Amino acid sequence: MAVDTIPGSLPGPASGNARDKTNAAIQKSIRGRYAAERRFKMYGVAAILFGLAFLAVLFWSIISTGYTSFVQSSFKLDVFLDRSVIDPSGQKDPNALRSADYTLLARKALATALGADTANRRDMREVGQLLSRDVDVEIRNEVLANPSSIGKTIPVWVLASGRVDNLLKGQLDRDLPAAVRKVSDQQLAWIDKAEAAGVLQKRFNTGLFTNGASSNPETAGIGVALVGSLFMMMTVLLLAVPLGVAAAVYLEEFAPKNFWTDLIEVNINNLAAVPSIVFGLLGLAIFINFAGLPRSASIVGGLVLTLMTLPTIIIATRAAIGAVPPSIREAALGVGASKMQAISHHVVPLAMPGILTGTIIGLAKALGETAPLLMIGMVAFVVEYPTSPMSPSTALPVQIYMWATSAERGFVERTAGATLILLALLICMNLFAVILRRKYERRW
Amino acid sequence: MSTSVLLLGLLVAALLAFGLGLSRANALAKKGDAHLHSRAGYYGTYLALWTLLPALIVLGIWSAAEAPIIRGVVSAGLPENVKALTPAEQSLIVGRINSVARGLPRLTPEEFETVRKVRYGFTTPAEAQRVLQERGTVLGSAPEPYVIAAAYDQVELQQRSRTMLTALIAALALGGFAYANWRMSPTLRARNTVEAIVLTGLFLASTVAILTTVGIVFSMLFEAIHFFQSVSPLSFFFGTTWDPRFSAAGGGSNTSGQFGLIPLLWGTLYISIVALLVAVPVGLFSAIYMSEYASRSIRTVAKPLLEILAGIPTIVYGLFALITFGPFLRDMGAHIGFEISATSVLTAGLIMGVMLIPFVSSLSDDIINAVPQSLREGSYGLGATQSETIRRVVLPAALPGIVGAILLAASRAIGETMIVVMAAGIAANLTLNPFEPVTTITVKIVSQLTGDLEFNSPQTLVAFALGLTLFVFTLCLNIYALYIVRKYREQYE
Repeated sequence: MAVDTIPGSLPGPASGNARDKTNAAIQKSIRGRYAAERRFKMYGVAAILFGLAFLAVLFWSIISTGYTSFVQSSFKLDVFLDRSVIDPSGQKDPNALRSADYTLLARKALATALGADTANRRDMREVGQLLSRDVDVEIRNEVLANPSSIGKTIPVWVLASGRVDNLLKGQLDRDLPAAVRKVSDQQLAWIDKAEAAGVLQKRFNTGLFTNGASSNPETAGIGVALVGSLFMMMTVLLLAVPLGVAAAVYLEEFAPKNFWTDLIEVNINNLAAVPSIVFGLLGLAIFINFAGLPRSASIVGGLVLTLMTLPTIIIATRAAIGAVPPSIREAALGVGASKMQAISHHVVPLAMPGILTGTIIGLAKALGETAPLLMIGMVAFVVEYPTSPMSPSTALPVQIYMWATSAERGFVERTAGATLILLALLICMNLFAVILRRKYERRW
Repeated sequence: MSTSVLLLGLLVAALLAFGLGLSRANALAKKGDAHLHSRAGYYGTYLALWTLLPALIVLGIWSAAEAPIIRGVVSAGLPENVKALTPAEQSLIVGRINSVARGLPRLTPEEFETVRKVRYGFTTPAEAQRVLQERGTVLGSAPEPYVIAAAYDQVELQQRSRTMLTALIAALALGGFAYANWRMSPTLRARNTVEAIVLTGLFLASTVAILTTVGIVFSMLFEAIHFFQSVSPLSFFFGTTWDPRFSAAGGGSNTSGQFGLIPLLWGTLYISIVALLVAVPVGLFSAIYMSEYASRSIRTVAKPLLEILAGIPTIVYGLFALITFGPFLRDMGAHIGFEISATSVLTAGLIMGVMLIPFVSSLSDDIINAVPQSLREGSYGLGATQSETIRRVVLPAALPGIVGAILLAASRAIGETMIVVMAAGIAANLTLNPFEPVTTITVKIVSQLTGDLEFNSPQTLVAFALGLTLFVFTLCLNIYALYIVRKYREQYE
């Protein structure tokens, strides 16, 4: 019997009964431990699934809200450019051409197309409500581009009003009572008629990409904001990359180990974690109040984003330079290069893929940054394209913020559409960085 | 000439100098009486740097100093009654002088004569206004003769300063070039000089980080001190009411509203805590699964996907909270008879928590991976299961690093702006109810600084006091967290 005694088992006479009990207890405990193991693993799976599910919901929500903004309802009108309305004096004076009542022409053309009574004022008003409030601009541009067409009938696509657009996209329930719907039964009948006749169509929304700010959702676009963002990215690229690479080269290759360089290191790591809004305050106090640069100019935004991106680029560059093996440097020094030559001819070029990847990721971060730009007056209603970095401009994420917080319902799909464009840009940049890394990354 | 033209000229001159230096060095090398000390390119760079740098430094200093000096001279010449005005009124007059001065060069000689007549009182000021307006300078009212006189002086001083600057820059560039050209010989150690200058440049680039921090601290401290001159620090840091409007009572001692930090601080911390309650378990568990359980193929798919969450701009999270998640929570609440407002602690906290997941998980992943394999193997050898090993060996060993990661996440949550601006609300509530809106420090910084407020009012300056508080707060968290993370890394290396 003593042979069966397990080391470490309970002391005392080991009866078969007691041993079974112990075995059962051990089995039970092992089962419990395995169950705990499975549970623990499940928590991990659940955590990852949670993250992925959120990602899916986020994208689904934005895509399903925003995809409709890429098309916009338009009327195909045969507008008769009535000489007596546009150019009664017959002199084709540009000022007169600019201030003529094009809305009237558009209304008449639409009324004719719909078969409405052009003499009935109420009907004409209702017809007018179907058209965008900026319809005159579209026809005016046609006329100014081609003044010889005055007196003729030209075919033009003009934007429908936001409400018609909502109705066509199914965002407005047509079974609602007319008062709530804010589209009269007469208008509804016209819309159906126009749609059936092919006069009213959903067309690709080029205005979303080219227009500037507007108080009418149907003519609001991100073109101006994109140019502002582009100016800022150029500033960041021109300033942050040389400065960041230079600083990283110094810190990684030349800096002596002393208090000063330690301070710089701690500083850079800390700056990378400073809230972005603080950089906005810095920009407001230093660049605008102290240096007197204009508010809401993209150069100020660019400078602020440069300071914000700098730590990211420095940290990425240092890692890339640090990954180049010392043998490369030693070989260069061995054939007579100076330290500066070894670094600028060999180390930095070899670290280039890493530097570029870090730069692109930093740029992508800067492109999506909003908070500091709110501080320096980029929340501006900018209609004109900025011509220089000093002129008033806005940025893509700021435009999204402004649309998101505006009360008008029609801006919701625009907001989501602009967000989709922003996300697409960011995904492209990040993909590019990944491809760059995959293609050129070297393991030493 | 304008600064940009001068800059362009200097660059062209430097390029020319480089070319000349290069060819001259090559010529020297061909003559062959001595070996060149450096390669030819360094001689070219040497010449270019001597042409460019002294002139560039002077150009920078001059351009920075020019405007304040001219402004000082012009305002010294203003009549006594103008000098006696308040600073605000004076700055208005300076603005008028500036716009007249901008308009003057655009006038034709006859129009210029008209304005000159106004200056000496021969014609009415309205005449000058009309003439200036025709050339695109719109003035609010007719310019007084002294404004025109000052504008004349200003234009003249500016022109004189520009002429002097152009001459000086040209002289410096030529002088530098001549000196460097004279120094040029095969024994000149051009490479050493060029490299020393480049090294200085690299060093200066590395100080930009320090300058940024100094700039942040000083700009905020400066404006915050301004603010504390009108509002006592005690009532700012310990006040429980946030109501920055001017009191409607008119006069009285309390004209500047109440700026109590406590409700904002509470809102900030409350939202951050909710966010961390989401981010820490989810982030930690996904990090554990990724580093300890997941197969290679799952890792390569799931990890980048999760990291997309980190790459999404916070405005997109805010938008999602605003248009989808907030209304969804509200409807859910209404369904079960619970009142949840669309902007609430819960909305902002949950969304911010999701934003922080990749942050916590990627840092924790690194830290868990850094725990030596031998510790795990020792634990397996004693018969522990994988989860027991993780819970009792790996996590305790990684704990300091994980705490550091959580602190960094907390610092990010405190400083996060766009999500809370769009999802937390703007009412400064001191509430425990997570279904009510609260506001945060960052939201108030944004709302105090957007819109057209006078810059010197406490309503605007309070943003800097808030910013300073935020900066100090996150700075302490960051430094402590970075210290822990770094110390931990060294421990296992």
